[in-house]
Formats: sequence, structure tokens, C-alpha cells
Amino acid sequence: MVPHAEHFGDEASRQDAAHMGMWIFLATEVLLFAALFAAYSLYRLAYPEVFSQAREHMDLALGTINTYVLVSSSVLVALAIASIRKGRDLAAGVLLAGAVLLGITFLCIKGMEYAHHAKDKALPGAHYAYDKFAVPGASLYFTLYWIMTGIHAVHVTVGIGVLSVLCGQALSGKFSAAYHTPVELGGMYWHLVDIVWLFLWPLLYLA
Amino acid sequence: MSLPSAEPRLPERHYLNAERGLWSWLTTHDHKRIGLMFLGMLLLMFLLGGIYALALRIELLTPGETIMGRLAYNRAFTLHGVVMVWLFLIPSIPSAFGNFLLPLMIGAKDVAFPRLNLASLYLYVLGAAITLWGMFEGGADTGWTFYTPYSTATGTAVLPVLLGVFVVGFSTILTGVNFITTVHTMRAPGITWMKVPLFVWAIYGTAVIQVLATPVLGMVLVLVMLERVAGLGIFDPARGGDPLLYQHLFWFYSHPAVYIMILPGMGVVSEAVCAFSRKNPFSYRVLVLSTVGIAFVGFLTWGHHMFVSGASVLGAGAFSILSMLVAIFTALKIFTWLGTMYRGSIWITAPFVYVLGFIFLLFFGGMSGVAVAVTSADIHWHDTYFVVAHFHFIMVGASLMAFLSGLHYWFPKMFGRRYPEAVGIGTAVLIIFGFIATFLPQFLLGNMGMPRRYADYPERFQSLHVASTAGASLLGFGFLIIAIYLGWSLRHGRVAGRNPWESRGYEWLSESPPPESNFHEPMVFTDPPHDYSKPGVEPEVGRAA
Repeated sequence: MVPHAEHFGDEASRQDAAHMGMWIFLATEVLLFAALFAAYSLYRLAYPEVFSQAREHMDLALGTINTYVLVSSSVLVALAIASIRKGRDLAAGVLLAGAVLLGITFLCIKGMEYAHHAKDKALPGAHYAYDKFAVPGASLYFTLYWIMTGIHAVHVTVGIGVLSVLCGQALSGKFSAAYHTPVELGGMYWHLVDIVWLFLWPLLYLA
Repeated sequence: MSLPSAEPRLPERHYLNAERGLWSWLTTHDHKRIGLMFLGMLLLMFLLGGIYALALRIELLTPGETIMGRLAYNRAFTLHGVVMVWLFLIPSIPSAFGNFLLPLMIGAKDVAFPRLNLASLYLYVLGAAITLWGMFEGGADTGWTFYTPYSTATGTAVLPVLLGVFVVGFSTILTGVNFITTVHTMRAPGITWMKVPLFVWAIYGTAVIQVLATPVLGMVLVLVMLERVAGLGIFDPARGGDPLLYQHLFWFYSHPAVYIMILPGMGVVSEAVCAFSRKNPFSYRVLVLSTVGIAFVGFLTWGHHMFVSGASVLGAGAFSILSMLVAIFTALKIFTWLGTMYRGSIWITAPFVYVLGFIFLLFFGGMSGVAVAVTSADIHWHDTYFVVAHFHFIMVGASLMAFLSGLHYWFPKMFGRRYPEAVGIGTAVLIIFGFIATFLPQFLLGNMGMPRRYADYPERFQSLHVASTAGASLLGFGFLIIAIYLGWSLRHGRVAGRNPWESRGYEWLSESPPPESNFHEPMVFTDPPHDYSKPGVEPEVGRAA
């Protein structure tokens, strides 16, 4: 990285800094989830049976559909960035809108799953009363499930907000081939949210 | 020291008077103003934590109940710890001096993300407000570490305190992101990585720790909050959970946090040692590499807080050795500072006296740290006043001395005026002796078996407790004097001129106080930082077209 004399004398150095700041922020997000993955590992080692049986109580179909939904929305975001780099702001806006809709679909499907679990009383912690899976440690599995997917869902919600704003800005012609850093940064965040899910899905549904 | 012949005058237009009115401060993007506002908030927090420290020492003056009951005592030491650690020490030097100086020291006009910087200030104020509201409204009695399962079971108001600390953590992360990006992308021409001033290196290392460790703390605080609200059971053995997981995650942040507190201090000392010894650093390279080393090894030592929590012998042994590695890097720094002073032309000033105090107290704090890193010895000292004395030597003895050194060293830079030097030196000596009188007896108390967090003790401990309380009063008195003469100097101090210390630090190349965008023209730096090899010659300041 070349040192610069001016406080962002040119657009290129502003972009350098913006990207770097975003990468560092994403690193903090990874560490945020790392604490949860550490907890998951600990309890999986402590209750190996529970964690292998838990799969039977998850809705694999919905989880897998959701994985497709989220990865597809990431693809749309990637295409949106490719479009705006060529200055096609209308295409970028439409693609971002598609990604937002898929994100909302993800949350709806997740909500359906939550509703199923809530009906079974497979709730976190003290509220756990799922009679079909009442072995020691089962409540911990579901606690982890709720927290990990819940905090992920919070990130999805934030991401949907970010992408919606970007979509609106793209359609109103704010971005161009010369200036589109916010779209790239928003895209990076969305991809991270996607990647986190790609770890949650096998750990919680397939393990 | 030779003083400039003509009486210096304040520059007509500088960052303090460039814009006027409260609104211009609340909406500023200027890193110097943000740093100053952080400084004001931090000093307020220090006052609060300090008042509670004195209250604790008064309670401990006599055995039995002196001025407060048991629960009040528990709440008081929790407030003291929470305020001092989370609201003062962790943000102290990076957020106040780091904000003010980092762009100046690398020849930039501002930090990379000025708006984010202001957001960081507001998050800090918000977090501090929530924490203090919780402390005064309900009061937590968990100690600053919020250990489970007590913190999830106690009836006191832990929730707002956790939430406040969580928000302050966000502020820290944003500051860290900002500083790392700034150092990478905004250095002026000529400032290559090996010409970055030592304070900037220290702040950079600190920022890396802040960014990588704080999110883990954030998550663990969220888990404790959820555990209180929804009874998660993750840390509750009654539900199959493991309270040790809390300790692992908490110390994964909170041990590196010790280096968040001490590394910036080491940066201040590296600057001041060179300035007041009139010598180049004995080895710039060693100071830089040990900074990076401490930042890295600091992540691998958290287990030494858990030697008596049922850690395996292998794990404890590994953490024991890794913890001692930190001492090697710290010793490298101490030797380098001493080597810098050796045969330098020492100028005794208030900041330099604090530096001497820092090195002396850091040595004791560090060596007692090696002692408690030995697993067999730690079993004896764990949860006694020995540990209390050890970490106060590091956090107060070292970090706070560095903070005071920086406050005095950069006071003329920030306000363009000087404080009365003789009073400053006298107060520094008073504070260092007050500190030793406060905490040396606590080593002895701990070794005799006085446990920490107790409001009561057997009578045979009283003489040492009285000595400790007497020392604390000296400390309190010293801080009062500092507040008086620095407050007085803000308006009535002698005008300092651009560079009253004749320092070769890059930050002194701009006016004192600096203009709005730090330098009147874009800077090109040709000399290395801390270059005192040409006595009496002002460093050449190359100026780009």
C-alpha cells in the first residue's frame, strides 16, 4: 500500500482505506461468531450422542432450501457489483432488489422453522420442554441452535437493510462505473453473512 | 535547556478556536477535538473510580464495618473495577492521546474515517451512561469480571452493566478499525514502516488486539445477558452447561485487554524517554518488534487466570510458559529504554519522572507477574491481595503513570500552554511514593493470606491496611494537585511555543496547538523519528509542492 500525502487526495486511496476498514470489520465479525463456534465445539465434545441425534429433530429440507436461497442472493449481489463496475446502475439496482427479496425469503423460512420448534417446545434454556428429545444436553443443543441461528438472523436483517438502501441509491443513479465503493462494501458484508451460514448449516443440520 | 529568545505567542487560528460553540464540538470530525472530548470523559470516569477506590480504602481502615455494609462494599468494589477497567483504562491512551496524535505523527490531516471516529465517541458516552445508570440504579456486585454462575444468579442489576460494557466494546472496535486503516493508508511520504513513530506502533499493536479480542467479549456478554433473561444454561452446571467456558471466553479477551492497557503506555514511554534523554532510541527495531511480540503472545496467555479452576496440568504448564514469554518482550523494552537513557543528557521534567516511575513499577509488576505465572506459587497467591497488588502495579503503576506522563508531555501540544514544571515534578514524586505506599503493603497482605474482595479481616492485618489507606490518601491528594495546576494552566499557563521540549517527534513539527488540518502544507518526512543525532539542529522538514 502506497502512503499518501493528502487526506484522501484521490478516489483510489479513499477506496483503499474503505476496503481495508471493511476487511478489518469483517475480521471482528468472524471473531464474534468464533466464540459461538467454540461453545458449540465444547458441548459437542461433552455430549457427542446428543449432537448426533439432534439432526433427526431438525428440518433438513427447510435448512437446505434456505442454504440455496442465501447462496443465490449472494450470487445476485456479486452480479450487481459486476454490473455497477460497468456502470449499469439499473441492472445493479434490480439485482440488489432480487437479493433483498431472497434475504427476506430466508428470514421467512427461518421463521417457519422457529415456529415448528416453538410448537414442540424446543425452546432455549429454561423454557426447553421438548418431550421427544429429553436427554441431558438436549436443551444445550437447542440453546446453541437458537443463539447461533438467531444472531445470524440479526446479521441477515442488518444486511437486508444495507442492501435495500444500496438498491434505492443504485436505482436513483448515485453509483457509476467510477464510484461504487458502498456497493462493494455492502456486498462484502452480505457474503460474510452467507459464509457464516455455510458453516452453520452442516454443523446444525448435517452433523 | 536553551529557550527561544523571543517570548513565544499562541498561533492566531488553531483547532480550538477555528470554530466556536458547543454545536461545533458535538458535530466535529476533527480527530484532535474528538481526542480532547475523550480525554475529558475519561478524566471524569477516573475521578469517579478514584472516589470509590478511596471509599474502599476507608472501609478497610479498620476490621469490621467502618463506613459501609457488606453488600455496599461488594457494589463499591465492582463499581471501582468496572469504571476503572472498562471506562477508563481500556479506552484511556488510545482514545484520548491516540486520537489526538496518531494523524499528527504520520503527517495525515485526519484519521481514515472521521465520522466513524465521532460515532465511536458517542457509543462510548452511551455505553458509559448505561453502565453507570445500572451501577447507581441497582448496583452489580459481581466484580468487574462478571464470573458465572454468580453473575447469572445474583439479584443485583447486572444486565444494564453488561449492556453498557458491550456498547463501550463497540466503540473500542470502531476506534481500532479506524487506527489500523489510518496507519496503513494515510502515512505521509517518507514515513515507511520502519520510520513510523514508536507511539504509533504501540497504538497500532493495541488496535490489532482491540479488533481481534473485543468481539469475543461482546459475544460472551451477550450470552450472559441471555442467560439471565432466558435461562440459557450455557454457563450453568445445573443445566449441563460449563461455567469454565465463560472464563475461557472472558479471559481470551480480558487478558489481551491487559496489553490494550499497557502497550499504549509503553508507546508513551518510548517517546518520552527519547525526548528527555536527547538520544535516539537504543534500538528502534527492538522496541517495534517487542510491541508486535507482546500483541501476538498476549493472545496465548489467557489460561493463566484459571490455574485453580481445574485446568489440566499440561494446559496450565503451557499457559505458564507462554505467560513468561511476555516478560521477555517487556524486559527487552525495559533494557532498551535504559540503554536509551544511558549517557544521554537527561532532562528531569514531570513527564520524565513519571517515566522513571513507570519503569520501576512496571519492573515490580512484571516480576510479580512472572511469580504468579508459576502454577505452584499461584495456587498460594490466587485470589489474595498479592494478585490485587500485582495487577495494580501494572494497571496503575505502569498504565496510569504512562497516562500522566503523556498528559504532561503533550499538554503544551494540546493547549499551547505550559504547566508549572516544578510543581509537576513534585507532584509526580508524591504520586509515585503514594502509589508504593498503597500497594506494597498489599503484596505482604496477600502473601499472609488476606483474600481479595473481603470487607473484613482479622486484626493482625490492620497495620498494613492502614499503611495502604494512608498511601491511597497521598495518591488522592496528588491527583487533586494535578487537577488544580493543569486546570489553572489551561488559561494562565505560560505560552509554550511550537516545541517547548525541543522534541524530535513528528507531532511537534506542527504548531502547538495545531491548526485545523494539522499542517499548513503537505508534509514530506526525511529524517527518522526520534532523531537526536544532530544536536541543536532542527530536523529538516521537506515540503511537497
